[in-house]
Amino acid sequence: MKTIRIGSGAGYAGDRLEPSLELIEKGNLDYISYECLAERTIAIGQEAKLKDPTKGYNGLLEYRMEKALPLAWKHKVKIITNMGSANPAAAAQKCIEIARKHGLNGMKIACVEGDDILPIIDRYAETEVWENHRPLKELPGKIVSANAYMGVEGIVKALEQGADVVITGRVSDPAIFMAPMIHEFGWKEDDWDLLGKGTMVGHLLECGGQVTGGYYAEPGKKDVPGVGHLGFPLVEVSEDGSFFVTKVEGSGGLVTPDTCSEQICYEIHDPENYITPDVVANFKQVKFVQDGKDKVVVTGATGKPRTQTFKCSIGYKDCFIGDGEISYGGPGCLERAKQALEIVKERLELVAPGQFDEMKFDLIGCNSLYWNPDYTYNEPSEVRVRVAGRAKTKAIADLVPNEVEALYTNGPAGGCGAVKRTREIVSVASILIDRNDVHPAVQVYTV
Amino acid sequence: MKLWEIAHSRTGDKGNISNVSLIAYDPKDFEMLKEKVTPERVKEHFKGIVKGEVVRYELPNICALNFVMYAALGGGVTRSLSVDMHGKGLSSYLLDMEI
Repeated sequence: MKTIRIGSGAGYAGDRLEPSLELIEKGNLDYISYECLAERTIAIGQEAKLKDPTKGYNGLLEYRMEKALPLAWKHKVKIITNMGSANPAAAAQKCIEIARKHGLNGMKIACVEGDDILPIIDRYAETEVWENHRPLKELPGKIVSANAYMGVEGIVKALEQGADVVITGRVSDPAIFMAPMIHEFGWKEDDWDLLGKGTMVGHLLECGGQVTGGYYAEPGKKDVPGVGHLGFPLVEVSEDGSFFVTKVEGSGGLVTPDTCSEQICYEIHDPENYITPDVVANFKQVKFVQDGKDKVVVTGATGKPRTQTFKCSIGYKDCFIGDGEISYGGPGCLERAKQALEIVKERLELVAPGQFDEMKFDLIGCNSLYWNPDYTYNEPSEVRVRVAGRAKTKAIADLVPNEVEALYTNGPAGGCGAVKRTREIVSVASILIDRNDVHPAVQVYTV
Repeated sequence: MKLWEIAHSRTGDKGNISNVSLIAYDPKDFEMLKEKVTPERVKEHFKGIVKGEVVRYELPNICALNFVMYAALGGGVTRSLSVDMHGKGLSSYLLDMEI
C-alpha cells in the first residue's frame, strides 16, 4: 500500500525553525507543512499590505525559506504553508527570489488565493455575526479584512500542476496537511471517512511541538526528555487513511497516547462534529496505541458530508487598549499594591469619567489569571500591579498606562519597574458564507 | 484531592469560547471524573471568568472530557483585557478543583 510522510514545520506564526530543518533532513519526508495563521493574523497582515503592497505575509517567511527552500529541494520534500497570510502572491514572489538566489532551478512555486472576500463583504450586511448575534452591518468600527477558511481544493490543484512549494492565505489548518493525501492517494471529495482520517492527521500536526511534548511538560508528573531540543512531529499515512505519529530519532520530546490525547482535544468543541471546509470529522471513537518508542498508531476517526458554508473571519478596528504595570516587593507589598489599584481607579474616574468601555485591575502573582472573587492567596514576596482599559480613542487609552507609571512619584512606597503601552486593537468577528461565493485561484511559477 | 493528582488538561480557544480538556491518567478514574466533574460544577468553579454556559463532551476511548465554555475569554482572544488573552491558563485552574 502506498504511504507518504508529512512533517509539521511550524505550529504558529512565530514558531521555532530548527525542528523543521531537522525534519526535512532526517525525517525521510515527502511533505512538510508550516501552519502560521491565528485568528487575527491576516487582519494585521492586511494592514501591512495597505502600507506596502509587497508586504502582508508572515514576518518570518524570508528567515524560514532562506534555510528551508534549499534543504527541502535537496531532500525532495515539498513545502506547503499558509505563511502567505494577507498576501500569498507577494510571499510567492519572495520565495522565487530566494530560490533563484540559491540556484534552485526548476523549482515550482505556487500561490493559492481566493480567500480574501473583502471586495464582496457588502453582500453579507444582513448576515449574523457569531460573537454578538447581530447583523454584520451593525459591527462597530472599520472592517479591515475578511477571509474565508478555504479547504484543500486550491492546494491540491497546485500539487497537480507539479508545485514544489505551495503558499496560501487563509485555509483551514488541517487542509495544509490533508492536501498531500488527496493528491497522492486520489481520495475523492466525498470519501468522508478518509477525509475524517486526514483531518485527524492535520489536527494532530497543526500545532507543531504540541504533540511531541511541547505545552505538555509538568516536572514530576509529565516529564519530557530533552524538551530543550524538542522535535516536531511527523505522520506516516497510508492510502487507506491508517497512520502513526512519530518524530525524528534523537530529537527531544516524546510521542505517547497522553501527548496525543491533549492535542486531539485542543480547540475542538463537539468531537463528533468537527466542522472543516472539507468534511465534518468525527473524533469521538479515536484510539491511540503506543507502538514502539515515540510512535503512536491512531485509529477510529471518521467523517460525514461537509457543510455548504465556509467560516469567514472579519477583522475590524473599533478600540484601543492601554495597559500599565508596576511592581511592589517586600513586607506589606500586597497592601501597597491594593492601594495602588485604588489610587489609579480614583484618578481615572477624575480625569476621564465614563470614558472607558471596560477596565481590568490585576495583582499579578495573585489574581490576574483566574478572576475568581472567592479565590484566596497568601502574601507573595512581590506582586505586580496591572491596570488595563479599553477606550475609543488612543488619547483616552493612554491615560491608563500614564496613571500607572505616575504611581512612581504619586503612589505607595517602593513602586518599581513600571512599563506602559497602548495598542490599537484589531478584533475578529465570524460569519458563515456560501461556499460557492469563494473561488480558489492558483498560480504556479517555475524558477 | 485536586484533579491535578489524577488528570491532565489543555485549553484551546476560538473567539470568545474556551475549551478545556480533562484527561484521566488512569482509565479506572474516568468514571469518577464523569460523575464528579459535571458541567454545573465546572461553571461554578470558573465563576467570574465564564459568563455563558458550559457544555461537556466525552471521548471515552481516551478517557477524556471536553468542556466547552461560552463567553469565557473576556470578549474574545483579540479583545480581552486579560494578561492571558487566550485563556491558556484555564486548564491549570480546572486541575485546581477539589473532588
